[in-house]
Amino acid sequence: MLIFERSHAGRRNAAQAPHHAAIANGIPAALLRQDQPLLPEASEMDVVRHYTRLSQKNFSIDTHFYPLGSCTMKYNPRACNTLAMLPNFLARHPLAPEATGQGMLACLYDLQEILKDVTGMAGVSLMPMAGAQGEFAGIAMIRAYHDARGDTARTEIIVPDAAHGTNPATAVMCGYTVKEIPTDANGDVDLAALRAATGPQTAGLMLTNPSTLGVFEKQIQAIQNIIHDAGGLLYYDGANLNAILGKVKPGDMGFDVIHMNLHKTFSTPHGGGGPGAGAVGVAQRLLPFLPLPVVTKLPSPHGGEGARRAGEGASGEAVSYRYLTEKDLPQSIGHLSAFSGNIGILLRAYVYARMLGAEGMHRVAEFATLNANYLMAELGKAGFTVAFPQRRASHEFIVSIKPLKDATGISAMDVAKRLLDKGFHPPTTYFPMLVPECLLIEPTETESKETLDGFVNALKEIRDEAHATPELVKGAPHSMPVRRLDDVKAARELDLAWKPAAGAP
Amino acid sequence: MPFIPHTEQDIQSMLASIGAKNIDALFDEIPAALRSGKLTAVGDGLNEMQVSRLMRERAAQDNQPLNFIGAGAYEHHIPAAVWEIATRGEYYTAYTPYQAEASQGTLQTLYEYQTMIASLTGMDASNASLYDGASGLAEAILMAVRAHKSSRRVLLPASVSPLYRSVARSIVKLQNIELVEIPFDSATGTTDLDALQQHAGGDIAALVIPQPNFFGALEDVDALTAWAHAQGALAIGLVNPLTLALLKAPGQWSEKGADIAVGDGQPLGAPLSSGGPYFGFMCCKQALVRQMPGRIIGRTVDLNGKPGFTLTLQAREQHIRRAKATSNICSNQGLMVAAATIHMALLGVDGLRRAAAASHANTQALAELASGINGVKRLFGAPHFHEVVLHLPGSSARVLHSMAGQGISGGFDLQPHYPQLGNAILVCATETKTNEDLQRFVAALRHAL
Repeated sequence: MLIFERSHAGRRNAAQAPHHAAIANGIPAALLRQDQPLLPEASEMDVVRHYTRLSQKNFSIDTHFYPLGSCTMKYNPRACNTLAMLPNFLARHPLAPEATGQGMLACLYDLQEILKDVTGMAGVSLMPMAGAQGEFAGIAMIRAYHDARGDTARTEIIVPDAAHGTNPATAVMCGYTVKEIPTDANGDVDLAALRAATGPQTAGLMLTNPSTLGVFEKQIQAIQNIIHDAGGLLYYDGANLNAILGKVKPGDMGFDVIHMNLHKTFSTPHGGGGPGAGAVGVAQRLLPFLPLPVVTKLPSPHGGEGARRAGEGASGEAVSYRYLTEKDLPQSIGHLSAFSGNIGILLRAYVYARMLGAEGMHRVAEFATLNANYLMAELGKAGFTVAFPQRRASHEFIVSIKPLKDATGISAMDVAKRLLDKGFHPPTTYFPMLVPECLLIEPTETESKETLDGFVNALKEIRDEAHATPELVKGAPHSMPVRRLDDVKAARELDLAWKPAAGAP
Repeated sequence: MPFIPHTEQDIQSMLASIGAKNIDALFDEIPAALRSGKLTAVGDGLNEMQVSRLMRERAAQDNQPLNFIGAGAYEHHIPAAVWEIATRGEYYTAYTPYQAEASQGTLQTLYEYQTMIASLTGMDASNASLYDGASGLAEAILMAVRAHKSSRRVLLPASVSPLYRSVARSIVKLQNIELVEIPFDSATGTTDLDALQQHAGGDIAALVIPQPNFFGALEDVDALTAWAHAQGALAIGLVNPLTLALLKAPGQWSEKGADIAVGDGQPLGAPLSSGGPYFGFMCCKQALVRQMPGRIIGRTVDLNGKPGFTLTLQAREQHIRRAKATSNICSNQGLMVAAATIHMALLGVDGLRRAAAASHANTQALAELASGINGVKRLFGAPHFHEVVLHLPGSSARVLHSMAGQGISGGFDLQPHYPQLGNAILVCATETKTNEDLQRFVAALRHAL
């Protein structure tokens, strides 16, 4: 039932609106609306019940194992939410004086420093509001760098065929054309094809490492040389940063610019699709182009009084914080949001980073990798087809369902839907497209061995069902609020907004 | 080990299964030269008690003044139930609803949102959100250029927020789209129709129409929309969704209505939070649906014919279409939209109207009180919604600084963005302000002068 169907004309929530209905007598009648917008008229309790019950129709990390490859669905500590929603943080207007935001700015500054350290980059801007906007910022900086040098003949961005779809889409948004290169049988970039594709027209290469195939790109040094020798820059897509956090710094691999998905690696919530946060890091030569604003730390301008207000640095000296603007960074690619990005999300990432500390940061990659390799080993022993058995898994790996499909007709999609009945969110399906009938599995470091063992058992049960009762698997899920949905009808007969039945009051 | 459940016994038995002698061996494909040393800027881990103390101390530094700034972010009452429900783990920790059967909660909520926002804007269809209003405006400009096909010039009035114009420029300039500024009438504060007329017959893909505009002034939206359509250009309405409880919806502007409506959803349940997270909304006419960026939810039926919800029209999106996608956007601001949906459901039509009307009335009262101070005057004559421009007899920066010292954020300084206006500030008094608050503003302003 939709909230609109719970609506009763004339019902209102007196507790949630001004008591006196003011009259908008300063507005000409021609500018006022005559019709009534379609909003529900329901009691507070009706609304609370409706959305509480709706929420219960979701799988989530808080309720289910969610091994969604390339998405890093790790536990989101509750403290991060509680502490980011302290009243003074929520109440601050974005254009209020910076003096009223010194505590918040101190957190952002510290987060910038932490991210610089773990990525090995020279500077960080926290402003992009999602991974894709971070990618945009990164490629826009590459373009600004070439343009500033008068090097305007570079019109192409090279992208491996295993890349996330955002990479080519971003390159196009930044005015580039995309050249795709293939992957070799080991899951690495095809170096001969990369050499052939690189030239004076190359602005840069976008690379995810470990790749979406779940393996670490071993030839990274050679790749770096090919791109840099041609005058191009190297972009690191941080979607899989969780695999190497505290183990390898993208800056040490020769990357010039990176984005991080803080909603993956730094455990901020996915929220049913966002908000994310796509901080970018750059090497020295790209510092002038960082997106605005960036937070900087200064000796306090106000002496003793200012120090009390702004807090003290680690050694006790008075400090204050402010945003850098166009005046400080005249070559910046500019602002990407009206104000200062998704600050509430950045505060959550900061709390998480402080709770991990340096030791905890090292352990993220270690245990994400341990869990992935254990799951890959157990599934391999159970007879499932691992895509790259000769390789170490990074924090994720691929199982192909193709042999099962050839034998029984049960597809990766069927297996995914049946997993729902067994109480597991399925892995990513049909991505990357290079491996047929694939499941991309990322368990993350926060899951226990028992959970992983339960997942292996569920997959074994489904395989048995595929042979014994294939219709059961093809018809899955059976225990969800709905069964499989008609996507073709959804796209052909578009129903994107509810309308009252004809003749309804 | 924070948030890692493994016991020593677990680790040993997992390594035995893998056939690795220790965890470090799992990284043996990574060249040794690339392995990082110690992290120096991160520090030791804090437990929850310690990090709570740190964050509470930092928050305690940030006591907030009485706020009279709007300028794109508005202080409104948010019912307690909104964030109590939105931060339930089932909403807060769910992924993008790619597995529809396990995501009906998020999907139905988004479908209800699309219904509400499409109705508020008077449009046929909505997406499931963009990042914020400013980047949403950039996406609307890109969309209009795609739909128009032959022109890459978009008219962008100076009465649109300078912060939005700056973002739009950052994003669209890389695709060789030209943004042409249209000046405002210095008497009314609204788009100068004579200046606009000079572009008649020109090469124009779209006209952006802000309502209310950045100065809080109400534009002649019917005339502007009709003008855009007469040029064969699209009309993009840039609107505040709360004001649409009272104002004519973009879909009703002129004869045909605006083609795209876009803006920031912050007034619908998002706390000010120093600027984010908020969310951008985008709605359009049916004919343009396939040009719209971002995720879209559709209602369909399952195998048994039961209604259900799913992501639809995904062939526009980057994960399918790659280089030919309508945008690179994937993550949006889903949780903010869930909150906005609950917020709109709790307030209903009556609640939104009351909040909008009280904000209008409070701002009007504030402007009258302030104009009673010698030398302070309202700068523009056009009707306003819930923001007005005040011209001050002294330095606007100095006055605002003095008011800040009295615990009041007195407004947004227009001087750096519109030097031609002199010492002008943009002020806003939403429904959250009492008569005593307005008196405090006036007393502080008087003192500052």
